[in-house]
Amino acid sequence: MTDAAPTASARLDPVPGEWQRVSPKYIVVSLVSDVIAGVVVTAASTLPAWLLHWGEWWWALPVVVGAVSIVLAALAPRRVRSIGYLLREDDLLFRRGIMFQRFVAVPFGRMQLVDITRGPLARALGLAELKLVTAAAATGVVIPGLTLASAEELRDHLVALAETRRAGL
Amino acid sequence: MTLLADGGWHRLHPATPLLKGGIAFIAILGIIVANLRERLIEWIVPGADCPPEVCEEDPITIILDRYLVPALLGIAVLIVVIVALFWVSWRMHTFRVTDEVVEVRSGVLFRSHRKARLDRVQGINISRPLFARIFGAARLEISAAGSDANVQLAYLSSANADGLRAEILARAGGIRRRAVADAAAAAVDDPAAVSVVDETGAAPAPANLSELARQRLAEFAAPELDPALAPPQSVVTMHVGRLVGSTVLSVSTIVFVLAISGTLIGVSFTGAGYYAFFGLIPMLFGLGSYLVNRIVKSLRYSIAATPDGIRVGFGLLSTSNETIPPGRIHAVEISQELLWRPFDWWTVRVNLASHSSAKGAAGQQNTTILPVGSRAEVLRVLELVLPALVTDETRLLIESGLAPARPDDGFTTSPRRAAVLRWFSWRRNGFLLHPDAVVLRRGAVWRSLSVVPTARAQSVEITQGPLDRALRVAGVRWHTVTGPVTAGIGALDAADASALFRDAAAAGVAAIRDDSSHRWGSA
Repeated sequence: MTDAAPTASARLDPVPGEWQRVSPKYIVVSLVSDVIAGVVVTAASTLPAWLLHWGEWWWALPVVVGAVSIVLAALAPRRVRSIGYLLREDDLLFRRGIMFQRFVAVPFGRMQLVDITRGPLARALGLAELKLVTAAAATGVVIPGLTLASAEELRDHLVALAETRRAGL
Repeated sequence: MTLLADGGWHRLHPATPLLKGGIAFIAILGIIVANLRERLIEWIVPGADCPPEVCEEDPITIILDRYLVPALLGIAVLIVVIVALFWVSWRMHTFRVTDEVVEVRSGVLFRSHRKARLDRVQGINISRPLFARIFGAARLEISAAGSDANVQLAYLSSANADGLRAEILARAGGIRRRAVADAAAAAVDDPAAVSVVDETGAAPAPANLSELARQRLAEFAAPELDPALAPPQSVVTMHVGRLVGSTVLSVSTIVFVLAISGTLIGVSFTGAGYYAFFGLIPMLFGLGSYLVNRIVKSLRYSIAATPDGIRVGFGLLSTSNETIPPGRIHAVEISQELLWRPFDWWTVRVNLASHSSAKGAAGQQNTTILPVGSRAEVLRVLELVLPALVTDETRLLIESGLAPARPDDGFTTSPRRAAVLRWFSWRRNGFLLHPDAVVLRRGAVWRSLSVVPTARAQSVEITQGPLDRALRVAGVRWHTVTGPVTAGIGALDAADASALFRDAAAAGVAAIRDDSSHRWGSA
């Protein structure tokens, strides 16, 4: 039980170090998918007022949904900048999130496979997404916005490391 | 040493088709009888004739009158074909156990060949359904990690199944006895052993019927746990009274009782008539069968430490027992239902990488390794599961994990300001990081204690949401294989949580380096 005085920053930073950040080009991918999602959700939220005639007040719903979507889209650059990873001697650290911060440590010996996936937009920008799979479904480490070359290099590096530190389940 | 593990191909028990298809056969017979009820009555009581206009139209009448011979021939051919198919399928279903792998070949048209590495065995289950027990047969299931990754050998003769399991576990553990090597060499020299051998050939066949009956009876009367398998001090058995009490005091029973009494009160107030009481009968049957089922399935329950891992066995009529080798348990949770608190009863659940098709005791998942036990028993089970963690020094610490919080009990708990998030449990909500495992103590109303061996945790996570940030707290979670236990603790002081995250990540890496449990016997 430590009721310490409030520190300068209340934000989590359990492992200080030189975090590798993802490519700034990934902001475009994130922004475009946010905008598309925002438009679709906002359009869907007009349905009660427009098609179902539930009443005038239901027009407030698309306004609110639209405003939230705009705020989320505006935060995309910060969200992308918050994504980072750090290779240590025996494990990989991953971080993301501003409001909801999340840090994960995955020992190299625990990696079961490393996946590279590329969406159409990311491919147009020369980006790729690296996914680490362990025996636990909850690990969920996906590093987006890597350039293809660095993603492949990282994959090969991780696979080689996992091979030398292999363990049972 | 069993001949089944000599590296040659073997067949299953000859009664396998009957045991597998027996229930289906009886069901089909039942359907036929149900459909021909009228006709059967007519045969037995000739006076009770069916109305002519119905009988004329009945397809069975038409068949009986005009196509009797072809119909009988058709049925005879069908039976011959079915029997032949079963026989061919039994002939084609072979298995072999070598030093490294267990292989099963099966299928007639669509052949399948499954090979499982012995050092990846997550557990071996032997179950004996009542029907199979009468024939002296048992089903052996070798679990591997992942879904549908198990190797099933159904059915083997009872004695062979036990011997084969011991042999597989010994080889999986890396115990290479000289006898094994000698026998394998002998098997290669002997040409008869290389060809496919009937499974029954390995067991001495009983000479006559009375001897067979005596042998079966002896098998039925034998204790569920072979006394030679585990020393008595490492065996925890379940108290029947406790089992009945815990079942009666479980949430589902109370819901049942509330529903029944609610119906009673409703009926007596509204005066809906006594017919409404008939509605209670199915409910009472449901409650009764639930209680009886749960209790009968857990009779003769025992959990014991054998050299090849933990053995959980139970069952009176149909028996089942599972051996989980060391290092195959990914997380443990000790928890209790609210009404069990006055009696200090607890239940132990674990996370396993494999998904056995066999059920656990009390009709629950096989991940519930102790349905109910006293505090002392739970601690002994934890000692069997994690021998490295429960030592004389840590026993008191673990025991305090089951008790209300005290200021100096070794756990790092939530700060007072976390009471916003953990109204009643902030004093209890805490963790203990041991080099071998992390111990999480949670809940004031529903108390629980989770233990994750650091050598099994897949990854560690620390999270903080906006409310957490305002309170300067954070949560830490360990990712393990999927199971009933989620190992996470929230509302810790942010600095404590950060330190825990760093230490847990380092402990995980160190544990991987030192872990040798995939070959537990060679260490």
